[in-house]
Amino acid sequence: MKITLRYFASVREQMAQSQEQVDTSATTLDGLRQELIARGEPYAQALGLGKAIRMAMNQKVCDGDAALLPDAEVAFFPPVTGG
Amino acid sequence: MAFTVQIQTQDFDLSHEVAMLRAAQPAVGAVCTFIGTVRDRNEGDPVSSLELEHYPGMTERSIQGMMAEAAERFDILGARVIHRVGLMQPLDQIVLVAVTSAHRGESFQACEFLMDYLKTQAPFWKKEATPVGHRWVDARVSDDKALARWGIEAHNARSS
Repeated sequence: MKITLRYFASVREQMAQSQEQVDTSATTLDGLRQELIARGEPYAQALGLGKAIRMAMNQKVCDGDAALLPDAEVAFFPPVTGG
Repeated sequence: MAFTVQIQTQDFDLSHEVAMLRAAQPAVGAVCTFIGTVRDRNEGDPVSSLELEHYPGMTERSIQGMMAEAAERFDILGARVIHRVGLMQPLDQIVLVAVTSAHRGESFQACEFLMDYLKTQAPFWKKEATPVGHRWVDARVSDDKALARWGIEAHNARSS
């Protein structure tokens, strides 16, 4: 299925882009992240396992085991630091 | 009464915001406000400027959700959150949280609850300019602990 990926803050810088469309066969957010990491750089460095990465789907924070929805907007970003 | 959130680059005026929140609301007997400002030091280093990035759409939605949660927990009459984004300097105002209630206790608590929630859950990121270069600000475990006092588990600052 086709989804939209969005990157913020340090993840956006490492990805050298803020948004892209991808075709994925992943069924969960963790599955999607692993699929992207397997593509190599810059994904592997920006999203690598063990890094503090938060995920949101359709603008709501989700755990990695959340089911990936068709046409979803999935965002990857570091811990938030507002306020 | 209104529960509103505004993300903007320009500065805000506390008196004006409080006046708007209180206008034609004679049930209000207490207003509690918090303003966060840009410090000139962080982690021991001088900070010359701060750049704030956010996730448009999700930011507003998440803060609206926090205000709904605050209204569930506390007997409050209205709330206003303003968060600035973009480039800021030390002394600048970053964030305003204002809450109204009939009696002071509820607005004091709701104001702190909203700030604790916002610090760990709203999608903002700070990048600071220091003499050793630009760096992204790290999330603090103490902010997760502040939210835990309200019975909400947060893991924003965890390392993986």
